[in-house]
Amino acid sequence: MSEDAAERARAAVDAVYRAESRRVLATLIRLLRDFDLAEEALHDAFTAALEQWPLEGVPANPRAWLVSTGRFKAIDGLRRRSRFDASLDQLAQRLDADAPESGGGDPGVEDDRLRLIFTCCHPALALDGQVALTLRTVCGLTTEEIAHAFLTQPPTLAQRIVRAKAKIRDAGIPYEVPTRADLPGRLDGVLHVIYLVFNEGYSASSGASLTRPDLSAEAIRLGRLLVELLSEPEAAGLLALMLLHDSRRAARTSAAGELILLDDQDRSLWNRNQIAEGAALVERALASRRFGPYTLQAAIAAVHAESPSASATDWAQIVGLYDVLLRADPSPVVELNRAVAVAMRDGLAAGLTLIDAIFARGELTDYHLAHSARADLCRRLGKTRDARISYERALALTRQAPERRFLERRLRELLSLMPRR
Amino acid sequence: MRYLCLIYDEEQKVGALSQKESEAFMGEYFAFTDAIKKSGHYVGGEALQPVNTATAVRIRNGKVSTTDGPFAETKEQLGGYYLINARDLNDAIQVASKIPSARLGTIEVRPIQEFEQPQ
Repeated sequence: MSEDAAERARAAVDAVYRAESRRVLATLIRLLRDFDLAEEALHDAFTAALEQWPLEGVPANPRAWLVSTGRFKAIDGLRRRSRFDASLDQLAQRLDADAPESGGGDPGVEDDRLRLIFTCCHPALALDGQVALTLRTVCGLTTEEIAHAFLTQPPTLAQRIVRAKAKIRDAGIPYEVPTRADLPGRLDGVLHVIYLVFNEGYSASSGASLTRPDLSAEAIRLGRLLVELLSEPEAAGLLALMLLHDSRRAARTSAAGELILLDDQDRSLWNRNQIAEGAALVERALASRRFGPYTLQAAIAAVHAESPSASATDWAQIVGLYDVLLRADPSPVVELNRAVAVAMRDGLAAGLTLIDAIFARGELTDYHLAHSARADLCRRLGKTRDARISYERALALTRQAPERRFLERRLRELLSLMPRR
Repeated sequence: MRYLCLIYDEEQKVGALSQKESEAFMGEYFAFTDAIKKSGHYVGGEALQPVNTATAVRIRNGKVSTTDGPFAETKEQLGGYYLINARDLNDAIQVASKIPSARLGTIEVRPIQEFEQPQ
């Protein structure tokens, strides 16, 4: 095989890793009935691919090749270790006796990743463990990335994952999609986790790029799968919310990678197909009268999406929707967003009063978007000194390069307006 | 897998039931026990007398110490248990959710630690 072909095979392994590693892992967990064993097997399978594909060519079905290689290596590894621990040999025999197709006969759902996500989001696990484990295993985020997203330390995050895996194993949490009777109750946790994944992709917690489209696409794919599986309005509401946010992706950053706020975005860049699909889902969910917070947020996003310009936005309707949302799901972040909408409806000062009231309760003081929202209102009110303090606070709390540049730009503009002493 | 379902009730709440309510509650327990015997989940189970009958036994400095109690500072007290055989945690949760006290108190579902028998 030529150098060139070897290079192509290595590139193929990389591409397959990005596209398929999570699916392969999900299937390996089902076959090996153990998260850690499956992770090890996944690693071994890709190591084997790196060795063999450049020599033998890329197999016709890379995913199937990786699953069977990983499974074989795991069983082989158990056999070798069984010299020291006889129980491992029994385990290896049991796993070997299972045909790889076994356990795949659950009605309706063939997707191992859906099985994986329902297991990772099992309510018997601590919520922070559910989120961490899902992001780690379903989405393949690093512990570091997850820790950043949740403003916590990587070792703490790693601990949560270890604890969650141990409980799945020791308490006998099954690797399955819940029965239809249990499904609606189990859905809330899953929706919560999917939305967190989406946000990680839509507004990456750190690094050079503002967004990581793969993760958002992954969350949307998972959202679609849930909508297909269930007639639950909130699943449709969440999918709508993600689509409506995602529709603005191309308009959110400039060619140079700079952040562009909603008001300043070129609306012709918004993805009309995603908006149409999102708006239709919102209507369907609202009509069901069994909707919740995701549907309400999606309804707000739909008002923005269907408004021809920023100035033509129906702020009264948006404030009204935030009022309902605040009753359904009270949170300081919702209050902050409502305050910004009130600023647009009733005047900047009214919005500023509401934001300051949130800070006065000691809430959102570490949330950079709260400080940048306050800074923006102060700037537009001509309160330059207050604006500067808030921009600086926001800057100190932001890890994301494009957001940092945006805040630094605003701060420079502001300083050029300030009288020199 | 085997799971122990620990039944925590508020003794005050249960004690406050009228005789008729109390009989109905007991009837539910008998029906539940029959049902999990039929379904094959049942391994064992008992109700306990109220927590004021409890005695704490410890050995300290080689001497047996016996005291009244222990009385935890919680509203709910251990009032009984079922030992069940279940396919997995989801199956055990299904069973636990049908224990009549799940409506009044809390059922704690704990997997049994299985030790390998020495050969």
